[in-house]
Amino acid sequence: MNLQDLYQELIIDHGTHPRNCRTLCNPNCSAKGYNPLCGDSIQLYLSVEQEKIIEASFQGSGCAISTASASLMTEALIGKTLNDAQKLFHQFQILLTTEDSTPLDLGKLSALSGVRAFPMRVKCATLPWHTLNAALKNETKTVVTETIEKTMIETSNE
Amino acid sequence: MEHHSNIVPWQMLCERKKAHLKIIPMNQKGEIELDKLDQLLSPKTKLLSIIHVSNALGTLNPLKEIIAKAHALHIPVLIDGAQSAPHLKIDVQQLDCDFFTFSSHKVYGPTGIGVLYGKKHWLEAMPPYQGGGDMISKVTFTETLYNDLPYKFEAGTPPIGSVIGLKAALEYLQNLGFNAIAEHESRLLNEATEALLKIPGLQIIGSAKNKVGVISFIMDGIHPHDIGTIVDQYGVALRSGHHCAMPVMDFFKIPATARISFGIYNTSEDIDQLIKALYEVKRVFKK
Repeated sequence: MNLQDLYQELIIDHGTHPRNCRTLCNPNCSAKGYNPLCGDSIQLYLSVEQEKIIEASFQGSGCAISTASASLMTEALIGKTLNDAQKLFHQFQILLTTEDSTPLDLGKLSALSGVRAFPMRVKCATLPWHTLNAALKNETKTVVTETIEKTMIETSNE
Repeated sequence: MEHHSNIVPWQMLCERKKAHLKIIPMNQKGEIELDKLDQLLSPKTKLLSIIHVSNALGTLNPLKEIIAKAHALHIPVLIDGAQSAPHLKIDVQQLDCDFFTFSSHKVYGPTGIGVLYGKKHWLEAMPPYQGGGDMISKVTFTETLYNDLPYKFEAGTPPIGSVIGLKAALEYLQNLGFNAIAEHESRLLNEATEALLKIPGLQIIGSAKNKVGVISFIMDGIHPHDIGTIVDQYGVALRSGHHCAMPVMDFFKIPATARISFGIYNTSEDIDQLIKALYEVKRVFKK
């Protein structure tokens, strides 16, 4: 467990100066996420054309980890197909929850792998991603962290 | 300034009884606005329930005055003492409250149990809320006679081990002496308040005149959860979040605070370590 691994330069940068932190004029895909235990909330906006994410942005309030995660996620999503976005969601989950000697290389997103050593903070980093998952599935209900584990189990049983 | 546990059960009761929940306002220091209390109380008021010490702000409420105002209109008063029982000497008869509650785990006892004190005439008038076990004096198929107090409210097999643990915890505190505990924690509160206020960009939330050893604070541009994780690495355990007091956070228009809460085991060296850790937080965030 190392603080430097958690609060890397990139995380502090994106956590304090998030990119794509705004609303979109005409999002055709969006979802809300909320962690009732800590109060973190996020609204995610996507503009999708022909199965491809043209624009991605978010607004909300949260800690540096969740803000950096949302910022890096929106950066990574722009230009991806919906299918690739879905794949990235699963890869990100693996990055944060699986002990693996050969970690996935997810580019800038790999900076968040330090969160793995801080179980209390995993939900901070995954909240934007679960919100993305809900947006991709067109779910209108707010994603609540306390019910996510159940969904994850159900998904892995599929 | 209430904890959710002194809000939610009353909302549930209000829904059942079609009653109306009124809230005593607080000021920017985190103190009850006592002068607004009179206009909230009426002959229709069935109960006044108030937190003794705010777990989110540390405010110590002026119970004597509040209870006197309520009793003048024959309104019973319940005190939520979860945050005061471990820190202060409590005399329920001197307070003249009708009910007093506290949790075992806050007085260094086992989790899952707590204490309800009630004036005898209220408890005698109240029906049991659970049936079976020691709460009976006689049962036939046509009727049941209830046992005397306190057994009437102790149905089923109690958490015997936990209760014995709670007794040991209370005896431990009594041997230390509640006056000595309050004095020790009050000294730490003053020391820490003074030291925290010297940190640039740190703001204490809750500056009531009368406080116990609880300090909530925020830091410019740094979320309380990040503060919590970083100071943890320096051996300092503080609580970050809304402290189950979301209306308090809404009042101060903040999502969360970092909170230190002193106990009998804390020392001045702990405060030094906290301050050192908070400067590490600032270093990580380049503040």
